[in-house]
Amino acid sequence: MTIASDIMGSILHGALGAPGASGAALPAIEAGPWWVSLIPALPLLACILCGVSAAMRIKSKLPAWITVGCLGVSFALTAAMFQQLAGGRSVTIAWEWINVAWTDSGGHERSLIANFGFYVDSLTCLWMLFVTGLATLIALYASEYMSHDVGTGYCRFFAAFGLFVFSMACLVMGDNLILLYLGWEGVGLCSYLLIGYFYKKPSAVAAAKKAFIMNRIGDLGLALGIFLAFVQFGSVEYKVILEAAQPWLAAAQAGHFDEIPATVQLIPILLMIGAFGKSAQLPLYVWLPDAMEGPTPVSALIHAATMVTAGVYLIARTYPLFLVSEYALPIVAWVGALTALVAATIGMAQFDIKRIMAYSTVSQLGYMFAGLGVLTSTGAAFHVFTHAFFKASLFLSCGAVMHGFAGQLDLRKLSGVGFMKGWQFVAIAMLVGCLNLAGFPFTAGYFSKDMILAEAFVTPHMAPIGWILLLTAGLTAYYTFRVFFRVFVGPKYYEPGDEVHAHSDHGHGDHGHGEHGHDAHGHAGDHGHAAGEFHPHAPGWAINFVLLTLTVLSVGAAGLYFLGDHGGWVGKMVHASSANYPPIVDLAAHSGEAADAHAHADHGAHGSFLGMDPHKVMYYVSGIVGFVGIAIAFALHYVGRKTAATANADKLVPLLGPIPKLAQGKWFVDEVYDLLIVKPLHLISIVFAYIDKLLVDGLVNAFGWVPRGVGSGLRPLQSGNLHSYAVQMAGGVAVLLLIVFLASIAGL
Amino acid sequence: MGTDLFMLAQAGFPEPMGGATLAHYLLISVLMFAIGLIGFLTRRNLIVMFLCTELMFQAAGIALIAFSRFHLEHSGQTFVIFVLTVAAAEAAMALALVVLLFRKRESLDADEWTEMKG
Repeated sequence: MTIASDIMGSILHGALGAPGASGAALPAIEAGPWWVSLIPALPLLACILCGVSAAMRIKSKLPAWITVGCLGVSFALTAAMFQQLAGGRSVTIAWEWINVAWTDSGGHERSLIANFGFYVDSLTCLWMLFVTGLATLIALYASEYMSHDVGTGYCRFFAAFGLFVFSMACLVMGDNLILLYLGWEGVGLCSYLLIGYFYKKPSAVAAAKKAFIMNRIGDLGLALGIFLAFVQFGSVEYKVILEAAQPWLAAAQAGHFDEIPATVQLIPILLMIGAFGKSAQLPLYVWLPDAMEGPTPVSALIHAATMVTAGVYLIARTYPLFLVSEYALPIVAWVGALTALVAATIGMAQFDIKRIMAYSTVSQLGYMFAGLGVLTSTGAAFHVFTHAFFKASLFLSCGAVMHGFAGQLDLRKLSGVGFMKGWQFVAIAMLVGCLNLAGFPFTAGYFSKDMILAEAFVTPHMAPIGWILLLTAGLTAYYTFRVFFRVFVGPKYYEPGDEVHAHSDHGHGDHGHGEHGHDAHGHAGDHGHAAGEFHPHAPGWAINFVLLTLTVLSVGAAGLYFLGDHGGWVGKMVHASSANYPPIVDLAAHSGEAADAHAHADHGAHGSFLGMDPHKVMYYVSGIVGFVGIAIAFALHYVGRKTAATANADKLVPLLGPIPKLAQGKWFVDEVYDLLIVKPLHLISIVFAYIDKLLVDGLVNAFGWVPRGVGSGLRPLQSGNLHSYAVQMAGGVAVLLLIVFLASIAGL
Repeated sequence: MGTDLFMLAQAGFPEPMGGATLAHYLLISVLMFAIGLIGFLTRRNLIVMFLCTELMFQAAGIALIAFSRFHLEHSGQTFVIFVLTVAAAEAAMALALVVLLFRKRESLDADEWTEMKG
């Protein structure tokens, strides 16, 4: 009853305009310049041109240069958009897309307006800067990385790449939830297409399907959230929704959640289900590690830097809605923290370096969600920003290794890569990326992670989350440097992977696993000779250039922290947008109580870290935790390691009982899902298959059998004997005559 | 209508034919048709069977002419002229077929041929 009345009330709200909402709190919306539309349009153009090149069977690197060019211009326009913005908000409408109006049963005028419009504020700029910038760099990297596929899948790859950037731009820049949903599905589609890029590999196809289906689960929540938002606010446009949430912010600040309608509180909970799916959070994270079946540039761009942060963006964009919900942000915080921990523990026990990076992405995304949950949208956004650069560079370094060593990703089969000729840039990029990820002092990752950690201890009731995140930080430092110490330093050794065909024409029946695989002094030169003259090829200029640029950027991102006092440049960007916390409350419109609450949230009693101010001590604490993690990795994986396959850590494994096995098996979450969801569904589908086969097919076949049975019954009549035909005919005539005779007697 | 069947059909003809009525012609026609049908059903010789079919044909022709005369209009007779023409052509064909069939099996027995059994 109450919910029904709430909905009724909300319809009234939507129809009459939310009371008390005034435009004074957020900056007024201006009409944006027309060229903002080009930012999404250019990647779409690149996609179309790549499609045309595919149709024309172009056998050169042309699609790559088209894509890099279009994305580069798109990035330049984004930078111009950022310059132009100066702290305001603007909406550019490319064209009117959906505009319907009707009168509902209650006699109220309703309308649904969803334009292809681009909402530009500082949050949009923040996201678009790294999306287009990284997309350009990674397209350049991919031009070299995908060179084996020139003439075959090259056009397809870049077409999907362009389409992805277009969709991502729609997602981030759309001025309404419908356009966001379009982009959301678009990036999901491109993710599916690119994970399944090697469609001849069954595992890649399975991974693509898994990603798509898991995302659908989340998208259902998102769609319901959008529907409910429309029912509640009478619009799907941000400018309306964000304004409409304003009146309740003060009540939420004062802790009076009972004054806020239940439907309003439900919207963010539905929206965050979508965010959990897209950003690979706890119940729905299992698709992301499998998504590593795609080409590495895709892993770097889509599954590390941009698409998976869409969930964070969604929450940040609709942050006022989350703030007025009593349970939404605590759920986000707990899910994020637990995801961070679980993914980190799995990452510690994997051997595939790309998988380790994937789990680390899941873990870091958990950090971002926890950041949002503990009310530091600035920290979350900053972590998204720094993570985008260092994780992209980590992935691209792993990709360079994979590319050079014929698909080898097992950290037990590679060692000392950094000392090999031509690999120094990759090693530097990897080292810087690892330091960032491990939160080594004065790296960008250190500052952004720190902000979240400190805020977790500051926010009331969130200290357990802080402790979980702190533990995760240590684990992160350990598994990150485990990769570095195993693969990039130590004795030189390698085994090529199983994609050797691309590098050499020789047969490779023997990869040397049996005889040379665990050769204690496996020497690069000797080994390569034995394994059929395999030569690892060091990366070329494009890969090295991109890696170095990303390295410089990920180091430089630390500098952003000092460009302003509350969270640096990113803080400024977030504060100027709707994602700001404390929210921009129009104080004049509300009672003094709200103002007090605001002040309370801003400067009131801080939580503490062991009795100290978290803001001050967290730098040291997280630095020390990071150091400890790195030191443990150093002791276990570098000290005394003579071969690629074994290290000191192996001695520890028996002491831990079943834990390493469980972690290596990813806590068997996939198997549990399989048992609880996939198997029952499979059983049901078998039942339905039988129903289909027996009932539906049975009916159709029964109709087929009728003429066949009649035919076989009458077949003896056709004896082939002339006399029997004659008798039948005569008999027939006689019968007809008899009928006519009887009829005439009866007088008919 | 019942007495019409016994009306003079040949009014104005010479005396010997003068007493013939429609019923007489139809009786002849029925007898010829019955003989042809029985012959067709009982005999196995292809040539005799063929002759029997001709007999039934002509029986039908007699009935048509008799009705034509009875109703004093010419369409029935015209029709019979056409039928005779077609029957002549068909007779040539049928006899040729019989000859061919005989060459194949050295027999005129119709029961020799049962290839069309379903």
